[in-house]
Amino acid sequence: MAMRTAIARVRGLGSAKTGTEHWWMQRVTAVAMIPLTLWFVASMVSLAGANFETAYLWVASPAASVPMILLLLAGLWHGKLGLQVVVEDYIHAEGVKVAILMLLSLATVALGVAGVFAVCKISFGE
Amino acid sequence: MAEFTLPANSKVTEGKVHKAPAGTKRVATFRIYRWDPDTGANPRLDTFEIDRDQCAPMVLDALIKIKSEIDSTVTFRRSCREGICGSCAMNIDGTNTLACLKPIDEVDGTIDIYPLPHMPVVKDLVPDLSVPYAQYTSIKPWLQTETAPPPDAERRQSLDERARLDGLWECVLCFCCTTSCPSYWWNGDRYLGPAILLQAYRWIADSRDEATGERLDALEDPFRLYRCHTIMNCTRTCPKSLNPAKAIAEIKKLMVARR
Repeated sequence: MAMRTAIARVRGLGSAKTGTEHWWMQRVTAVAMIPLTLWFVASMVSLAGANFETAYLWVASPAASVPMILLLLAGLWHGKLGLQVVVEDYIHAEGVKVAILMLLSLATVALGVAGVFAVCKISFGE
Repeated sequence: MAEFTLPANSKVTEGKVHKAPAGTKRVATFRIYRWDPDTGANPRLDTFEIDRDQCAPMVLDALIKIKSEIDSTVTFRRSCREGICGSCAMNIDGTNTLACLKPIDEVDGTIDIYPLPHMPVVKDLVPDLSVPYAQYTSIKPWLQTETAPPPDAERRQSLDERARLDGLWECVLCFCCTTSCPSYWWNGDRYLGPAILLQAYRWIADSRDEATGERLDALEDPFRLYRCHTIMNCTRTCPKSLNPAKAIAEIKKLMVARR
């Protein structure tokens, strides 16, 4: 391997013909989070000091649970795409890298399902 | 994994000090990275004091003066001494630039000179650029066409089409930008880096070229293109005042446009 020419090493396994979807979805989820985050922060400020019952009823209303689920999905998806880049940038041991990327995907789905389930449970009642 | 300290045999030590001749009125002090593969010794920083009144204005002039008058073993690349060959790219006062375009008086105090960062060193200020050169070859930096040129004329291009190459053709391949890019430091074996991507875009943007799709195909890769995280060191450091970050952004826009 070490005796390959520079051009052979640079061409390597060729172009993966992918990456654009990743790049584009990172932008899409970022744009989606602008109004969703503003809405979320404004809601939290308006709920400051409210009791548990008020907060519970707020989450249960469709006007809150739908954007809440959207924010969860956009945020987790965006975070997953970003962390994937960090791992690919800095972790060069192939086995460790694959393991962490797999864990990242699984954790994202688990957190997403748990979050959506929690909102649904409140919204649809016990 | 990332390394946080230099390997033991790469740690830089203090080297020799060459004092200015007695009676020098204006002293310019240079600290130059020295490493000789033949001695096996660690790299060191040699200090050279020169008479600023006996030296032409640019850092390259000082290096040539040091080499011819003080220590002839100081090794660096240079050719045109006017910013067009790209040979004398090095890290001066913490920034990658061309020594021939960098005025000595622009730096306050001691002028530190290192080779381009994060490349294997051949000797002193000479980095091994064989990987970036191979990456340049890999993007096929020539006009690719199926249509034969007119037998009695050059290939035609409108003024607007020609204007799109401005800011791209001026690149002299000094690799100041590529070696200033942290993403290239960490993944230079797979990421093409700003200089090569700017050159790739120079051919994508050329109205006479007929291989735009194939060129984009070859770049569409999580590492070759998408390791660019818009850090912008490339644009900030370019001694020719070009904008590689913008060229990369244009490539990314075309990738989305063709989906």
